[in-house]
Amino acid sequence: MLSLERVSARYGAFQALFDVSLQVNAGESVAVIGPNGAGKTTLLRVISKLVEPHDGELRFESEDLNPVPAHEVLARGIAHVPENRRLFPRLTVEENLRMGGFPRFCRPRFAERLEVAYALFPRLKERRRQPAGTLSGGEQQMCAIARALMSDPKLLLLDEPSAGLSPVMVQAIFELVRRICAEGYTVLIVEQNIRQVLKVASRAYLLDAGRIKAKGPSQELLQSEEIRRTYLGL
Amino acid sequence: MTELLDIYLLEAVLNGLLLGGLFALLSLGLNLIFGVIDVVWICYAELMMCGMYAVYYLYVQFHWPLALAMLAAIGIVALLGFLLHQFVIRPVLAAEPINQLLVTGGVLFFLQAAATLAFGIDFRNLGLALPALRVGDMSFSAARLIAFGVALLGVLGLFLFLNRTYVGTAIRAISQDRAVMPLMGVSGPRIFAITSALGGALAGLGACLLVLQYDVHPAIGLSFGPIVFLICVLGGLGNLLGGFAAAFVFAQFISIGGYFFAIEWGYVIAFAFFIAAMFWRPRGLFSR
Repeated sequence: MLSLERVSARYGAFQALFDVSLQVNAGESVAVIGPNGAGKTTLLRVISKLVEPHDGELRFESEDLNPVPAHEVLARGIAHVPENRRLFPRLTVEENLRMGGFPRFCRPRFAERLEVAYALFPRLKERRRQPAGTLSGGEQQMCAIARALMSDPKLLLLDEPSAGLSPVMVQAIFELVRRICAEGYTVLIVEQNIRQVLKVASRAYLLDAGRIKAKGPSQELLQSEEIRRTYLGL
Repeated sequence: MTELLDIYLLEAVLNGLLLGGLFALLSLGLNLIFGVIDVVWICYAELMMCGMYAVYYLYVQFHWPLALAMLAAIGIVALLGFLLHQFVIRPVLAAEPINQLLVTGGVLFFLQAAATLAFGIDFRNLGLALPALRVGDMSFSAARLIAFGVALLGVLGLFLFLNRTYVGTAIRAISQDRAVMPLMGVSGPRIFAITSALGGALAGLGACLLVLQYDVHPAIGLSFGPIVFLICVLGGLGNLLGGFAAAFVFAQFISIGGYFFAIEWGYVIAFAFFIAAMFWRPRGLFSR
């Protein structure tokens, strides 16, 4: 479904990604793990075209994404929950969800998608008239995920959904991610919480200093001696 | 004698209310542009001047029906707002605020000079004689009543648009987080262009209401520009509700001040109040 072939990206003179190749198949949940500053967020930003790839090939459902401008990526079926959630704090929860369904093709199905979102996140329904800025961190993360689901995407990109949350909320968010995967959404998730995300994703890539250092089924990576020592501190 | 005084004071208060409605509408477009695009259109009142000339020429010279002339004027100023954004604001969107202020200031003098060349320095008016409404000993000009009514409708219309439509919601959203908009499938430049045309249309609507009451000449913008700008600052630049309330506060200072002294003193008092307010509440009367 999604394939990156030797993709490089840079910010000015700083190169953030080196020859990254990665595949996501329909129905899969794939994780990209790695330490802080490894280039995980940049990788997702390249896929949504917020960052232009410097080199390499980017394809989604056999279409070349390179010439597609960022604001047309959502209509191709890729929704992105960005780092730090990036809700519109002074819009209500429901208005935030409305923004997630902004493209014209989404509008006739707004009511239907809203029900799907509220079924998945009942808390949001209770708070639908509240400004998003007044939600707790966990609720904000739910709202950000719900917003991305409004367009019924083929591929969901999740950037550090557990960042900055309390341990209880981290558990709840991973449980939700598990449910989203179980409902058949294709998910590419980026996380620093390696142990948790490997329980949710079926496959994973290890990204370090902008390069793919390892890849494979989650169970294999969890048992790899090197990963346990270097990245899990065991 | 005291009774007489009271009724004229009441008249002044009510006229201040009518003036406040007009000011509220005049400040709306400028405030919207600042709130969303973060740029001050210093030449905003000159856009209104262009709209006033458009109504004048279409109605007086080309004998269009007044309503049609006004609709066309709103369209023309909306187009001017769009062009202003595309050709003047967009290139300096990432520049220092002072540069943005200077380019729109340049447009102010450009429009003034161009209007002088094109239309001459004569004062022109529509030649309408609108009746005055008399209530007891008080009198209110129909032009002011119409302006007040249309201004309130305009304000209401804008609020409904911003709250009830997808594009309106996107306009509010982009003022809160510009960079995330592409992830919503929204083209930021397109929303800015729409907002600019909307700001222009509001300036055009303001022009229609002004031309009912005032003569148009190339420097008319200088009579209203500072007031409109100060009202926006008083309400907290970019805060639409604050600007709305500030318009009424400012108009009462002019109207009641004008009742106790002379109308010029009304302006002096209003501007003195503005300066004092800037010491006391520098981020606007209604800032939180």
